Amino acid sequence: MSAYVLRRLLYAIPILLGVNLLTFVLFFVVNSPDDMARMHLGGKRVTDAAIEQWKVDHGYALPLLFNAQAEGGDKLTETILYQKSLKLFQFQFGQSDSGRDIGYDISQRMWPSLAIAIPTLLVGLLVNITFALLLAFFRATYLDFWGVVICVTMMSISGLFYIIGGQYLVGKLLNLVPISGYDTGWASLKFLVLPVIVGVIGGIGAGTRWYRTLFLEEINKDYVRTARAKGLAEQWVLFGHVFKNALIPILTGVVVVLPLLFTGSLLTESFFGIPGLGSYTIDAINRQDFAIVRAMVFLGAVLYILGLILTDISYTLVDPRVRLE
Amino acid sequence: MGKPVFLLTDILIFVLVGLTLLFAWYAHRHEHLRAPWRRVVQSRTALGALVVLGFYVVVGLLDSVHYQPRIDTRANGDAIYSGEVRSLFDWIAGPLRANQEKTYSAPFAVHLYAKENIEQPDGSVVRDYPRLDHAGAHLANPDDRWADVAQHAERGLAWGLLVWAVGVLLLAAVRARLRRTALAESVGTLLRGRTHYPWHVALWTLLVMCLLIGLIATVGSHYHILGTDKVGEDVLYQALKSVRTGLMIGTLTTMVMLPAAILLGLMAGYFKGWVDDVIQYIYTTLNAIPGVLLIAAAILMLHIYLSNNADEFTSVTERADLRLLFLCLILGITSWTGLCRLLRGETFKLRELEYVQAAHSMGVRHFNTLLRHILPNVLHIVLITVVIDFSGLVLAEAVLSYINIGVDPSMDSWGNMINGARLELAREPVVWWSLAAAFVFMFTLVLAANLFADVVRDAFDPRLRNSR
Amino acid sequence: MTNAARDTQPGESLLQVRGLRVELGTGDGAVRAVDGVDLSIQRSETFALLGESGCGKSMTALALMRLLPPVGRISDGEVLLDGLGLLDLPEASMRQERGGRVGMIFQEPMTSLNPVMRIGDQIAESVRLHDPQARDHIDDRVVELLTQVGIPDPVRRAREYPHQLSGGMKQRVMIAIALAGRPKLLIADEPTTALDVTIQAQVLTLLKDLQRDSGMAILLITHDLGVVAETADRVAVMYAGQIVENAPVKQFFSRPAHPYSRMLFRSLPDASRRDKPLTVIPGMVPPLSQRFTGCRFVARCQAATTECELREPPWLAVEQQGWRCHYRPDEVVLKDAADTVPPPVSDAPDTLMTVQDLQVYFPIRQGLLRRTVGHVKAVDGVSLALQTGRTLALVGESGCGKTTVGKGLLQLLKPTGGRVDYAGTELTTLDGGALRKLRRDFQIIFQDPAASMNPRMLVRDIVAEGLVAQGLMKEQAARHRKVTELLAQVGLPAEAADRYPHEFSGGQRQRICIARALALQPKLIVCDEPTSALDVSVQAQVLNLLKELQHRLGLSYLFITHNISVVAYLADEVAVMYLGRIVERGPVHRVLDAPAHPYTQALLSAVPQPEPDRHHQVIRLGGELPSPANPPTGCHFHPRCPQAMPQCHQTYPPVFSGEQGHQVACWLEQA
Repeated sequence: MSAYVLRRLLYAIPILLGVNLLTFVLFFVVNSPDDMARMHLGGKRVTDAAIEQWKVDHGYALPLLFNAQAEGGDKLTETILYQKSLKLFQFQFGQSDSGRDIGYDISQRMWPSLAIAIPTLLVGLLVNITFALLLAFFRATYLDFWGVVICVTMMSISGLFYIIGGQYLVGKLLNLVPISGYDTGWASLKFLVLPVIVGVIGGIGAGTRWYRTLFLEEINKDYVRTARAKGLAEQWVLFGHVFKNALIPILTGVVVVLPLLFTGSLLTESFFGIPGLGSYTIDAINRQDFAIVRAMVFLGAVLYILGLILTDISYTLVDPRVRLE
Repeated sequence: MGKPVFLLTDILIFVLVGLTLLFAWYAHRHEHLRAPWRRVVQSRTALGALVVLGFYVVVGLLDSVHYQPRIDTRANGDAIYSGEVRSLFDWIAGPLRANQEKTYSAPFAVHLYAKENIEQPDGSVVRDYPRLDHAGAHLANPDDRWADVAQHAERGLAWGLLVWAVGVLLLAAVRARLRRTALAESVGTLLRGRTHYPWHVALWTLLVMCLLIGLIATVGSHYHILGTDKVGEDVLYQALKSVRTGLMIGTLTTMVMLPAAILLGLMAGYFKGWVDDVIQYIYTTLNAIPGVLLIAAAILMLHIYLSNNADEFTSVTERADLRLLFLCLILGITSWTGLCRLLRGETFKLRELEYVQAAHSMGVRHFNTLLRHILPNVLHIVLITVVIDFSGLVLAEAVLSYINIGVDPSMDSWGNMINGARLELAREPVVWWSLAAAFVFMFTLVLAANLFADVVRDAFDPRLRNSR
Repeated sequence: MTNAARDTQPGESLLQVRGLRVELGTGDGAVRAVDGVDLSIQRSETFALLGESGCGKSMTALALMRLLPPVGRISDGEVLLDGLGLLDLPEASMRQERGGRVGMIFQEPMTSLNPVMRIGDQIAESVRLHDPQARDHIDDRVVELLTQVGIPDPVRRAREYPHQLSGGMKQRVMIAIALAGRPKLLIADEPTTALDVTIQAQVLTLLKDLQRDSGMAILLITHDLGVVAETADRVAVMYAGQIVENAPVKQFFSRPAHPYSRMLFRSLPDASRRDKPLTVIPGMVPPLSQRFTGCRFVARCQAATTECELREPPWLAVEQQGWRCHYRPDEVVLKDAADTVPPPVSDAPDTLMTVQDLQVYFPIRQGLLRRTVGHVKAVDGVSLALQTGRTLALVGESGCGKTTVGKGLLQLLKPTGGRVDYAGTELTTLDGGALRKLRRDFQIIFQDPAASMNPRMLVRDIVAEGLVAQGLMKEQAARHRKVTELLAQVGLPAEAADRYPHEFSGGQRQRICIARALALQPKLIVCDEPTSALDVSVQAQVLNLLKELQHRLGLSYLFITHNISVVAYLADEVAVMYLGRIVERGPVHRVLDAPAHPYTQALLSAVPQPEPDRHHQVIRLGGELPSPANPPTGCHFHPRCPQAMPQCHQTYPPVFSGEQGHQVACWLEQA
C-alpha cells in the first residue's frame, strides 16, 4: 500500500507540471506581460515607460523561458517561467499584484472557509442520508414519489436564489442573524449559522436523490434476498445490509472533495462576506489579480490530487474487497 | 426588411438543429433508438416538459435570426442599415422592446419608481412620481388601470383559447381521419387522455402556454407586466431575450465538447496501454484545475485580448457573441472530462464483450469496430449526459455571470439580471421584479429540463430499467 | 381436490402446496409464472423440482418463502408447513419461519453474500434470529455450523469476507446460514449450477450428509437430470408454469410418462447416441401471458392431437406416478430421430493446425515502478494437433485455461511463447495485414449467444460482417443472397435477416452465430462452451446442427467445454486440462472409458449421471483449484491427488504415451 501511495504521489508530479504549464501558457504566452500591464494601468494611452515600471515592480520584467543575460544557473531561474510558475512547487506563492504575500493570506483565510465548509458538509450528509433512507424504505409509495418530485424541484432552483432568499427571509425579514460579516472565535458562530443552513438546503435536492439511487441499486442485489431469506425485518435489511454497502460510494464521494473544502465556496463566502479563500478568489478575479489566480489554480490542483489519493486509500478502509497494489 | 447578419453562435445553433433533425431521422430508422424514445413520449411528465421546452426553443431560435434593419435609402437607391443588430424575435416583440421608460417601475405600474421634479402645465415644479412614457399612457385617469388591464387580459385569453382550440381541432381532425372516427369523439379521447400517447398532457400544457402568450401580446404592449429595470427596459423582454443565452450555453457547450469526449473516451477504453495513459493524463490534468478558475483565467485573457484589439469588431453584439461562444468553449473544456471517463469505462467493458471479439476474429479493422460495435452501444450514455448536463449549464451561466466571468455584461442573460437586481434588494421598497422574473424563467426551463432528463435516463439506461 | 396431493397420505407430509398461482406484473400483460402448482414434500425427503429456464420453478420457490420480487404476487393457493398456512401469516410471523423452519440457498453463491460483512457475522445474524438457546455462545455456534458444512479452519474463516472464499466455499457458507435455524425444510434453488462438477459433487454430498444427520427435507430446484438422479427421492417436472409429471425418481427414470419428460431424456447427448442426431424438442416455451385452452406442450409435442389443442389435459395417475396428459405413455409413440450414417472418416486425416508448447502468461505487476514480479500462467505449454474434419474437445473446470487456449491459438490473445502452425504458416509471428487475411479460415463461437451479437445491428449485418470485413463480397445484392443462404443452412427463415438479435430465443441466436461463422467458409471453428448457456432441449438442436455441418462441410472443431456428455457425443479426440496444462489426451473412447490420469478419473466420476440405479463411486477431490499465479511444485495436481507419490511433489511428470495416441502426464504411468 505504501508503494501504491508513493507511486500515486510521483504520478502527481507530471500532472502538476501539466497544470503549471497550462497556466503559464494561458497567462504569459497568449497575452504578454505587456498586455497585462496595459490593462492594469488602464487602456491604450499608457506610455511604454509606465508599462516597464509596472513590470519591474511586479517582477514581470524577465524573459519568459531563458535569460541570456544572466549568469550560470540564473539563465534558467531568472525567468518568468521559474519565478512565477515553477516556484509554486515549493509552495512559494509570491506576492499578489497588489503587493501582499499570497502565502500568508491563504494561511489566514483558509480557517473561515473551513468553518463554513465542514459543518455544511457534515450536516448536509446527515440530512441527505436520512431523507434518502426514508425514501428508500418507502420506495414505490406516494411518499417516495413526492419526495423525488420535491428533490427535482429543489435541484432546479439556482444556488443564487437559495442564498438571496435565505438572506432576505432570515436576515432581513425575520432579523434573526446578521446578513453578512464575520468575527473571530465563538463570536463568528452567529455569522456561520445562515450560510451553513443555506448550503445544506441548497444541497438537499441533488444529494438526497443521488443517495436514494445508490440505496435502490443495492436493494436489488442478491445478498439482500439472502438477508430476507434469513427472516430479517425490512428495516434491519435496510440498515444492516443495504446501508453498509451503499455507504461505500457515499463515503468515497465525500473523501474526494474533502481537501477541496479548504478552498471554500465562492458564492456563499462572497454573499455572506466571509473572509475565506472563496471570497479571496472572487476578489482576485474581479480585481484581475493574476498572481492570486495562479496560486489558487495550483493549490486547487494539489488538493484535487490529494483528494484522489485519499479516495483510493479510503476504499481500502471501507471496502474489504479492495486492495491497493 | 434589412440585411441578414450571421453571428457565429447563430450558425452553430442552426447546425445543431440540423444535426438534431438528422439524428431524429436516424433514430426513426433504428428500432433500438426509436423504442426508448417511444417510452419517453409515453411519459406524461416528459411530454409536458417537452411542450414547455419547445416554447423556450422557439423563442431562442427566433432570437437567433439576426438582421440589421434598414433605416433609410440613399439617393442612389442603396439602403442604409442601422448599426444595431436585431433579431426576428425583437421584431415580433416590438412593443416590449420599444416601450422603454426612464428607470425602474413596478409590474403593471403607470408611475415611475422614483420621484422626480415634474414641471406642471402651469410652470410650477412638483416632486412626485411621474407617469410612465409608455405603460398606461393611454389612460386618462391612472385609477382605471386595473379595469383596463382586465379588459386587455380578457382579449388576450380569448385569443389564446381560440388559437389553442383551432390547434386541437386540427389535430383531432387528422386523427379522426386516420382512425375513421367522428370528430367529436376524437376531440373527447384526445382531451381525456384515452390515447396511446398522453396527448392530453401536451394539449393542456399547450393551453397554458397559449393563454400566457395571449396575455403577453395584449397586456404586455400596454403595460410592463414584470416592470422595468434600472435603465427602464422591460423586464419581461429581458427575461425572454435571456432564453437564447441560456439555451446557447446549455446546448453549444455540449456540442463543442462532444467530439473530443467521444473520440478520446472511446480510444482510451479501446486501445488501452499508452493511449489510455496519455488520455487519462490529459483529463486528470484538466480536471485538477478548479473549473471556475480556469474559466476565470480564460475569460480574463479574452478580456485583455478584446480590449487590446477593440477595433476588429464592428458591433457590440458581435463582441458579446464572441464572448458567449468562447464561454461555451471553455465550459466545454472543463466539462468534457466527465463524459470522457464514463465512455472510457464503458468501452473498457464493451471491448471484452464477445461480439467485439467475434468482429476481431473476422478481421474487422479497429476503426470499423469502434464505429459499428462500440459507438452505437455507448450512444445512450452520450445522450443521457447531454440531457442531464443541459440544466446544470443553464444554472452555471447564472453563477458565472454573477462573478463577472460569464457572458458579456451587455448581453441579456438571467445571470446578468440577477447580478443587476441583487444590490437593489437593499432598496425600500424592494425592487424584486427583475430577480423574480429571472428566477421564474430559469426555474421553469431547468425544471422542465430536469424532468425530461429523468425520463430520458430511465428510458435509455438499460441498467436502471432492469432494476425496476 | 388437488392432483399431486392426492398421491400421498396428507398426514405425513411436511409441506403441502395446493393450487399455487404467481403473477408477475398486472393487467393484460401479467405473466402467470406459476399457474396452479400442487406438490407435497415428506419429512426427510429430497424433492426435486425439475424444469428448463422460464418454467416457473424458481418463482415457485420464492413464493413459498414469500420472497417474490416487487412485480410478483401470489394470486391464489395454499402453502401448509406442518399444517400451518404460510400464505396467511402476518409478515412478522412469516419472518420467524423464513430462515427458521424453512431455509433457502440460491444459485449464485458469488453474489448472495453481503460483500462487506464478515462471514461469521452473517451466520451469527441468523443464529441470533432463530436459535434462542445459542444466544449466549453465538461464536461457538457459528464455528460449529462452519465445521458442519465442512469448512476447514472455521475460526479463521469466520473472520474473513466473502471475496476471500471460493465459489464452493461460499455455497457452504450459504448452507451454514440456512442451517442456523435448524430448518425442517431446505429450499435449494439450483445450488450447484454455478459450480464446477468436482465442487458440485462436494456440495451435493454435503447436502445428502446433512439431510441424513438432521432429517430435514430438501426441495431441490434444478434443470439437471443427472443431479436429480443422484440426489432426489421424488421429482416433479415443471413446464410453462405447471407441474406436468410427478413421480418417485426410480419410476421417473425407468419409464417417464409425460411426452415432455420422455423427449427430454432423448435429447440428452451421450456416447451411445454418437452416430445419430439427438431428439429435438422444436419451438420454445409459450409465453405465459396468454390464456391457455389446450395442453401447454401441444405446439412442441410429436404426438399432439386435436384433443390436445382443444381441451386442457387431465391429471392421470398410476400408483405413485402422475402426469398431465390426455394419454397414457403406451398410447403415445415417439419417433426417434432418423439415423444418419456418418460419412466415412479417413483413417489418417490431414493435420489442419498444430500447436506447439503454447504459453499465454499475464504479467503481475507490483511495487513502485509496476515491475513484473510474476506471471499468471493461464496457459503453460499446451501442445495440440487439430485434424481436418474432426472434433477435438478441450475439457476442464473453470479457470483451467481452456478458453485462453482457444483465444491464444486464434491470436485473439498474443501468446507469450510457443508456435501455432496453420498450413505451413506460423501464426504467432504474422503481422496485422497477413493475419487479418488468414482470419477467415478460423472462426469462433462463444458461450453466451446474447453477448456475442451486437444488439444494435440487424441479423443481416451481423451475418455479413465477416464478408464486408474481408472484402469478399462487395456487391450488396450478392451479400443479401449469401445471408439468406447461410440462414437457411442453420435452419432459419430468410425473414430473420431483418430482425434484431433480441427477438430470437437462445438457441436461435446461437444458430445465427454459427451462420456468421460459416459466412467466411472457415476450416476451423473454435466452439467455446457453445451450449452451456442453453437448455437441454435447445442444446440438442445446436449439437445436431454442429454435427451435420461438420459432416457436410468437413469442418474441424476445437470444442471447449466442461460438459462430459457433450464430449462423449460429439468429440473424436479429448484433451483434459488442469491449471494451464494438458494432463491427458487421446481418442474419446480411450479417455472417457479408461481414463488414466487421476484428475480425469475424478472429473468423470463427479459428473452426475441421469441413471439412478447405476451407483458409481464418486472420487471426491479435496480442496480447490490452486491459483495459476502460484502453481504447486511438481505435478500441479498432487495436493488434491488421491494417489500422489513423493515423486509428484518434486517434478512435473513427463508425457507418457500409451496405445492409440493416448498420452498421460502422470508419474503413475511410469510403472
